Amino acid sequence: MKMLLAQINVELALALRKGETLLLTIGIPVMFLCFFSAVSVVHSPTPKRVDFLFPGILALSVMSTAMVSLSISTGFERGYGVIVRLFMTPLGRGRLLAAKVVTIAVVEVLQVVVLGLTAMVLGYHFPSGTKFTGLFVVVALVILATLGFAGIGLITAGRLKPEVNLAAANGLYLVLLLISGMVIPLSSLGSFASVARLLPSTALAEGLHAVMSFGTPIGSSTWVVLVLWAVIAPSLASRLFQFE
Amino acid sequence: MTTKATTPVEGAAIVASDLVVTFGDTMAVNKVSLSVEPGEVVALLGPNGAGKTTTLRCLEGYLSPTSGLVRVLGVDPVAEHRAVVDKMGCMLQGGGIYPSMRVRETLNLFAAYYPNPRDPGELSSLLGLNHLAKTTWRRLSGGEQQRLSLALALIGRPSVLFLDEPTAGVDPEGRLVIRDVVASLKDEGAAMVLTSHELSEVDAVADRLVFLAQGAVLAAGTRASLTAALESGSTFQSRPGLDLEVLSLALECQVTESRLGHYALSGSLSGGELEKLVTALAAQGAALETFSASSGLEDLYHALYADQPVQDTMPTSRRRRR
Repeated sequence: MKMLLAQINVELALALRKGETLLLTIGIPVMFLCFFSAVSVVHSPTPKRVDFLFPGILALSVMSTAMVSLSISTGFERGYGVIVRLFMTPLGRGRLLAAKVVTIAVVEVLQVVVLGLTAMVLGYHFPSGTKFTGLFVVVALVILATLGFAGIGLITAGRLKPEVNLAAANGLYLVLLLISGMVIPLSSLGSFASVARLLPSTALAEGLHAVMSFGTPIGSSTWVVLVLWAVIAPSLASRLFQFE
Repeated sequence: MTTKATTPVEGAAIVASDLVVTFGDTMAVNKVSLSVEPGEVVALLGPNGAGKTTTLRCLEGYLSPTSGLVRVLGVDPVAEHRAVVDKMGCMLQGGGIYPSMRVRETLNLFAAYYPNPRDPGELSSLLGLNHLAKTTWRRLSGGEQQRLSLALALIGRPSVLFLDEPTAGVDPEGRLVIRDVVASLKDEGAAMVLTSHELSEVDAVADRLVFLAQGAVLAAGTRASLTAALESGSTFQSRPGLDLEVLSLALECQVTESRLGHYALSGSLSGGELEKLVTALAAQGAALETFSASSGLEDLYHALYADQPVQDTMPTSRRRRR
């Protein structure tokens, strides 16, 4: 436990010490939420823009933490030989992974708090009548999506050179931001929407929109997509990840 | 020339027997055998691509050998890595430290990995890192990074140490510190394997030498035994291109030019015979620049590798296991 706590402490300190990480995980989502809530750039299916934007931006934040930030930091750790060095200590793969998971969870909680407060200031309200069960569903969606995103992030981090991975992770972030219905509604994507629905980012955004924007049940296909990504991506990552 | 590898010894802390590592068609390590007893320092020497780091990676349990046997403290370091990892201290080329971590923070983190760690403050003093406590890894000089890497290798009170290029980029003062630390660990009974290109440092700390070429053991033993086996004796420096046949006749022993202007004799010259050397050189219009009664490690190295082809460095992308 001493090892795990020390590793969590360091992972958290390193994550929060990096300005670019904070910008990516908290700064950009807050800016997006404020900007798109104030300016009518995209069509909103809800009367108040923030009611549609907050769940989408929350999905974006989860993706930025669990996939982009994790991938970039792990890629550089691999490039610097940190992963190999840690292999030669008693820390072990399990504790390292656990420390990274806890770090992601803490950052995600921080994101929820900051974005939630910002959204409330902007006038967001959780759909009435589903608050309690809705919150559980939101947590389940975020956990499943986090696993899927982390798997994807670790696959690219474990195979590509750090600089290439940096570009790939940021590129993926932008593409998924645009095609996953986080900010731009899926209905705007036309026939491409059915392909986009296979992505974990789309499934998360759709699930969160259903619960947090409309107060409607989540379609089974959303759960299936998220569960598949949550199982397949980490399994592939553990097979494909190379220490150096 | 001797080509005898060190044979595994019962009770040794580190054993490698007929170790073979291949990457595709390339044989990186070819039937290397060595053993290191507690309190002993063995140096792996050779040019880039000779197989030093790959051998070390197998001993550390990071790389699975293609064939052969490896035992560290009696266990297989790959299959039973967890059983032995807390007794191993490793120093990697390049460090492997988070660049934004501070010196003291790094020492504290690594101390938390071990059941009975050394005091980070004490190690920091020992390796002259106290004034750098709040400096991040990326801001340390090459020598300071090496000293921190060594501190991390020592923090778990290891019984076996694997040091990959421990003095690379270290200033003379730092080398003395590292040399002292290695000596005290040896006294405490730690078994050590190190790789280095710094022959003077190796000469100061290593008990036995294993020269590798193209993945295989070219020669192994103590410096004295290797020097004797190579029949190398005194060495001297003079102008390049001396007539070796004439010199050999005059000195009644074989004279070879190991490097440009560096000459090795097959036997040792006594003080009285030195005059013969000076006279023989003068006859060729040359002067004696330096003279050493017995050959040093550098001479031994150059004598061993004189006939070896220049090797390509193994691409690091192929050195993978995990």
